[in-house]
Amino acid sequence: MEQHLRSDHHGLERPAPAPDLRELERGKPRLGKRLAPYGLIGPGGLWLAIFFLIPMVAMFLLSLETPVPSQGFKDLGYRFTWHLGEYATALSMFHTQFIRSLVYAAIVTGLTLIVGYPVAYWIAFKGGRHKTTFLFLLLLPFFVSFVIRSLAWQFILSDGGIVLTALERIHVLPQGFHILSTPTAVIAGIAYNSLPFMVLPLYVSLEKIDRSLIEAAGDLYSTPRDVIRKVVLPLSVPGIFAGFLLTFIPAVGDYVNNDILGGTNTTMIGNVIQRAFLNDQNYPLASALSFILMLVLLVGIILYARVLGTRQIEEYL
Amino acid sequence: MERTPDAALIRGLTQRRISRRDALRYAGIGAGAIGLAALLDACGVGSSSAAGSASAAAFDWSQQTLHHQLNFANWPYYIDTSHGTHPTLDTFTQQTGIQVNYKPVINDNQGFYAKIKPELEEGKPTGWDIIVITNGAQLSELIDNQWLIPLDLSKLPNFTKYASDSIKSPSYDPGNTYSVVWQSGFTGLAYSPKATEALGREPDSVDDLWDPSLAGHVGMMSDNTELGSIGLLKLGIEPSTSTPADWTKAAQALQQQKDAGIPRGYFDQGYINQLEDDNTWLTQAWSGDVFLANQTGYPELKFIVPKEGVMFWHDNMLIPVGAANPLDALTYMNYAYDPHVAALMANYIWYVTPVPSAKPIVASLPGGKPVADSPLVFPDQAMIDQTHTYYVYTGTEDLDQWNNTFDPIITG
Repeated sequence: MEQHLRSDHHGLERPAPAPDLRELERGKPRLGKRLAPYGLIGPGGLWLAIFFLIPMVAMFLLSLETPVPSQGFKDLGYRFTWHLGEYATALSMFHTQFIRSLVYAAIVTGLTLIVGYPVAYWIAFKGGRHKTTFLFLLLLPFFVSFVIRSLAWQFILSDGGIVLTALERIHVLPQGFHILSTPTAVIAGIAYNSLPFMVLPLYVSLEKIDRSLIEAAGDLYSTPRDVIRKVVLPLSVPGIFAGFLLTFIPAVGDYVNNDILGGTNTTMIGNVIQRAFLNDQNYPLASALSFILMLVLLVGIILYARVLGTRQIEEYL
Repeated sequence: MERTPDAALIRGLTQRRISRRDALRYAGIGAGAIGLAALLDACGVGSSSAAGSASAAAFDWSQQTLHHQLNFANWPYYIDTSHGTHPTLDTFTQQTGIQVNYKPVINDNQGFYAKIKPELEEGKPTGWDIIVITNGAQLSELIDNQWLIPLDLSKLPNFTKYASDSIKSPSYDPGNTYSVVWQSGFTGLAYSPKATEALGREPDSVDDLWDPSLAGHVGMMSDNTELGSIGLLKLGIEPSTSTPADWTKAAQALQQQKDAGIPRGYFDQGYINQLEDDNTWLTQAWSGDVFLANQTGYPELKFIVPKEGVMFWHDNMLIPVGAANPLDALTYMNYAYDPHVAALMANYIWYVTPVPSAKPIVASLPGGKPVADSPLVFPDQAMIDQTHTYYVYTGTEDLDQWNNTFDPIITG
């Protein structure tokens, strides 16, 4: 049983389950018992296969297709040609938007972490018996549709709107200043919309911290600053990682905020994909763009996980 | 255009009426998800097979009978509405016994086309007897794939008698083989007093969209047909006869405008809100939207026909192949061209009605005088002379080239 107690921080494999002594006595376990785990993953596995794996494969194949040339608009469908050109086109035409989306998402994640961590800390440690109420208050604005909330920002921050005209009148802002249609507006919009997805996992991980560890640190003459730095922060890393996943990934693919709050040089990769799919009906290009985005995100996340430690991802969730 | 009295109030309509383009600006976002599913369906299994098993060419109108049922897909806020019902549709039902299942489900041409395309490809009915699509790539695709039922013009006497000559036998559908116009509209410029202030004069030209004194406050359209067309107008090129070399020149002019920081952004239907909120001062605009904004709290906004002219577009009624009730659809099309019906609709929609003889009837309706007098609803010959038509794409390759020329400006 000793190996079972030692927590595994290095290997990517699960520790072997403790052998069932009765089964060892009896020899081979019954077939039903051996198959039971597979039966349990059945529904979930089937779900993933039907709604994730098959569409993925279909989309990948689509990205390698080319339209059958035809006269006029006669639709002769697509032909599978192993045509990799769409990937090159996607990268050469839209690398700016890829990079822009990653940069925006990184800033968003940083911002939500800076804003969200103190909030989560305060609720977890100082919330007392009203924790649930505070969490509810945090989520309250999100009962309103995402699009409506962004539209409300468009209304509030418009050039002729209440905020800018008032600030210009008291000369806090120069005349003709505008915030809408700038990268700042898009980033702020995404950050605003992702805040709860950062705060909630942070709260969960902070809430789980054993308070006696903090008392112990105090007993060992640790300053409050060191308690945060050396005890609370390291123990909340799983929350930070989960918050990062839940914030960064949707932020990279976001296109609504740019649609509503953006301007001329704020187009994100989500907008490009949407346009390719729905406006131009260039399915191979759109599929190629989606695949590149997914690949970039996967590689990025694996690297990030390496930096934060070699623990399994599920330990963080 | 003269400042108009608030016709909406006179008619006792108190609800704020939202233009069809404005109303579901963001419903498209939700529809996008549905569209994606449809697309995956469309391009997945069986996509390599030739399209359209139902044959439109062999359609025999003499075999058709009325089923007293009509499924009509239209754009939002695009038919007369009073207290939740559509009076002209109610009258139609009373006169013909045809029950109308009217659904304002079309939010944009591309999205709606993406939804019905998989069914058309498989030769299945789309569930609609009439759909309304703007002249452009989607309409050309529907025609070229024979996904529309050819109309029997002998069953459309009102169309023959009352339709404006300007919409008969259009270049995108010669002889009205598949389509008759529902309503039309103009794409010109709209501006607020701030533009006049910044320019020191009233804007009067497409060139004003390139004026540095408006930097950061010019609205351009994200629809690449509109964007490309205005680029061509700026260079004095007739869009309908332009060549790919012209497109490149237009794209350069638009890129230069963007590099100079003049456009505020490339907007979809939300452009009118940008203008209303003072974010943009001068913008590309659709005529009816500005007319509506005037009635709903923004009387200071003006629509103008720049000296280079305006683009003239048409939304068309079509019968998709596999429609269950084609004769009912044709009956309705004929009804829509009755001048009295057209007048009631024009008085609500404020885009260009295809029936010029509806004008005296609109004028006699309560509050209808400003509508009847507006050249944007009843264009006179002088107005028509200032219009341009869009380039008609010859095929997919052509369209791709247009997209590849103008998309980088919008998505840059």
